[in-house]
Amino acid sequence: MSTLHTVNKSPYEKNSVGSCLAHANSGSSILFYEDAVYATIKGASIEQLVTGTEGVKLYALGADLKARGITDDKLIDGIEIVDYAGFVDLAAEHERVQAWV
Amino acid sequence: MSEDIKRFMYINRRAPHGTIYAWESLEVVLIGAAFDQDVSLAFFDDGVYQLLKSQDTSGIETKNFSPTYSALGDYDVTKLYVEQESLEERGLTLDDLMDLKWEDEDDDWAEKDSIRLVSRAELKEVLEQQDIVFSF
Repeated sequence: MSTLHTVNKSPYEKNSVGSCLAHANSGSSILFYEDAVYATIKGASIEQLVTGTEGVKLYALGADLKARGITDDKLIDGIEIVDYAGFVDLAAEHERVQAWV
Repeated sequence: MSEDIKRFMYINRRAPHGTIYAWESLEVVLIGAAFDQDVSLAFFDDGVYQLLKSQDTSGIETKNFSPTYSALGDYDVTKLYVEQESLEERGLTLDDLMDLKWEDEDDDWAEKDSIRLVSRAELKEVLEQQDIVFSF
């Protein structure tokens, strides 16, 4: 029933983030990693798209945020940061993983 | 300086760590700097992310090439055009970018800003003035 969606492309370069958000059901989770972490910066043109998903939990991979200089103060409220072990836990906790490449 | 100096423009439109484009661009800029040309760099679309402060790639185990941007001034690469609209769309301002400087030898080595914040309209004009354009 519950799906972990993983996205790794910049929201401005491809529509993977947009399509993922549009197809994520209530109760599912989305993990932003690699260039998709740029979707988590607040005040951006896509912020409402990112926060507009009802009942979808949002995660971002900490190492990818750090690499890109996205400090905690820049993050949209409610996005939870996970490390690589947390990524594995999320994959294990959900019934399936759907990658948005 | 010979009279056949050409205006070289390097266009940077990609985010820095997910693909190799940004780093490759930087490598080519540094190599090209040996040829005494009139060099400019433009950062727009996802390219503005290349100049963000506080990048630390230790967690993803790749080379952090972002400190290299601050060395560009030493290679007479002093014109970094950054598009205002691209920053705004991404929730960023000039304060989020590295403070890049160069020293002007014709002005008693005064420290000057390398980043030139320009509007999309202004950038279009700058791009029109170039002789050679490299795209990354």
